[in-house]
Amino acid sequence: MTAEPLLEVRDLKVSFRTDDGIVRAVGGVSLTLSEGETLGIVGESGSGKSVTMMSVMRLINDPNASFEGEVLYKGRDLMKLSQDQIRGIRGAGIAMIFQDPMTSLNPVYRVGWQIEEQVREHEKISKQAAHARAIELLTAVGIPQAGDRVNDYPHQFSGGMRQRVMIAMALSCSPDILIADEPTTALDVTIQAQILGLIRKLKDEFGTAVVLITHDLGVVADLADRIAVMYAGRIIEQGTRRDIFYDPQHPYTWGLLGSIARLDRPKPRRLAAIPGLPPSLLHLPEGCAFGARCGHRFALCDQRPDLLDKVGGGHLDACHLDIGQKRELRETTIHPELIEEAT
Amino acid sequence: MMKKIFITRDLVSYSNQGVRVVQEVFAATPATLSLVFGAAVLWVVMAIAVGIAAALLRGTVFDPLLMVVALVGVSAPVFWVGQIANLLSQGTLHSTFLFSWVPPLGYTPFTQSPELWFKGLVIPWITLSLLYIGFYGRVLRANILEVQNEDYVRTARAKGISERRVLLRHSLRTSMITFVSLFGLDFAALVAGGALLTEVVFGIHGVGYLTWQALENLDLPTIMATTIYGAFFIVLVNAIVDIGYAWLDPRIRPT
Repeated sequence: MTAEPLLEVRDLKVSFRTDDGIVRAVGGVSLTLSEGETLGIVGESGSGKSVTMMSVMRLINDPNASFEGEVLYKGRDLMKLSQDQIRGIRGAGIAMIFQDPMTSLNPVYRVGWQIEEQVREHEKISKQAAHARAIELLTAVGIPQAGDRVNDYPHQFSGGMRQRVMIAMALSCSPDILIADEPTTALDVTIQAQILGLIRKLKDEFGTAVVLITHDLGVVADLADRIAVMYAGRIIEQGTRRDIFYDPQHPYTWGLLGSIARLDRPKPRRLAAIPGLPPSLLHLPEGCAFGARCGHRFALCDQRPDLLDKVGGGHLDACHLDIGQKRELRETTIHPELIEEAT
Repeated sequence: MMKKIFITRDLVSYSNQGVRVVQEVFAATPATLSLVFGAAVLWVVMAIAVGIAAALLRGTVFDPLLMVVALVGVSAPVFWVGQIANLLSQGTLHSTFLFSWVPPLGYTPFTQSPELWFKGLVIPWITLSLLYIGFYGRVLRANILEVQNEDYVRTARAKGISERRVLLRHSLRTSMITFVSLFGLDFAALVAGGALLTEVVFGIHGVGYLTWQALENLDLPTIMATTIYGAFFIVLVNAIVDIGYAWLDPRIRPT
């Protein structure tokens, strides 16, 4: 990293007190995001990817949650800001869009009103100017006849159109960072591609840095500059898109890549899956959290591996295996059909 | 009999010879409407305040405390609260500065003396609305807390708007839907004669009081007239509530 990053998360830990004990949802995550960059955060449900970014926005107001660590945005620690100060950043500096566009908009207000509300909260402009801005934004996100649609209610839009409205709303104050929490999970595949294309286009137009949270490697494959893979509340591998797709270091990443149906390879008889379930966040194992599901486990795995730059060039991974050994092993994990064919 | 109620309007009471019941019901209506409207304003305002306060103070001791007070309000019978209020304001404490302003029991028409009308109704209003403040406050609190977890409330927070605005503009608006439907039912029932106990205790000669007298005397024509009057208001208020729904929730507006 040359300049100071736009957003820097340092050793963020989030835990929730529950009746059964303390759930460590995020166990020490560090991230950086530079201006205009797109960071993909990949992981399965419960891996802590959403909780991490919700904590950055300070949107978790569960009285049972406790937070540790620092979140530096333009040199200010967001975790230490007062409610009023963080409100000034939400929506203006850092905006967020959510998974389910069907429920993310308030059903009783016109979409234009909802966009104007945000604009007028952060900027001193007249109602008419805010309304004009709303129409402009709706046009930018590709809603036809935005001048009329601005007065419609959310239930008069389809899912894809609602997500476009959400994007328009998120970009209404030209934020530095857009956090997209599984923006396409609830949409049809054809609409998914449109929404991702839209995010890419607007990101370039507005110069916004994007954090894209997803469980779908396909989504980050053509959007993210860098990718962080999360497992059981920690980042287990992080690198450029190239690093992750062409030189993955962690057996969990291999598993994820291996479970993608690919058109450019012989069709496997059965799509590979990672055996087992992620560990309970109540009782995380002492050693590597992925150990129980990993096919390449050995003695050292009883100690927790640190996230280290073993490959070089900022490609971090948390696995004890030796690099040379990994490159050999992973071929069999990512492409099991190759073994099947050989036998 | 229907003809005598609706067309010739000359149905005569069995027990009070010569009294025309339709006119008698009309004459009693202003008293009931005054009582119920005033109580309704009081209970809507107070219940919203209680509901919001309890939802905001969740996690502190004040939330359960408020809810217990509300439960007491729901549980206390109107006739008992009314009698105690009378006992204090008309009897033991009437001579003290606290209640010296209270006029004797009964209803003074607004047109006769607005001041007496108001003074005479203050205690009945409070008595009648207690039950509803408690009940509606509890319902509203539960609804607000439920809506607070909705995705669109999270979106509203992510927009950077103040907690206060999130609560008043986003959570409360959708929470009011249940509130309005309950209000329609209760308000209609009260206007239709459901405020009977309050009217009797405070000597307000409204429709409830009339119904009570008619029932005591088995005065069938009066019972008929008050019943039809009640049915009319229940239908009317429900129609108004339906319009209220459409105002609150655009999803049910016709397109």
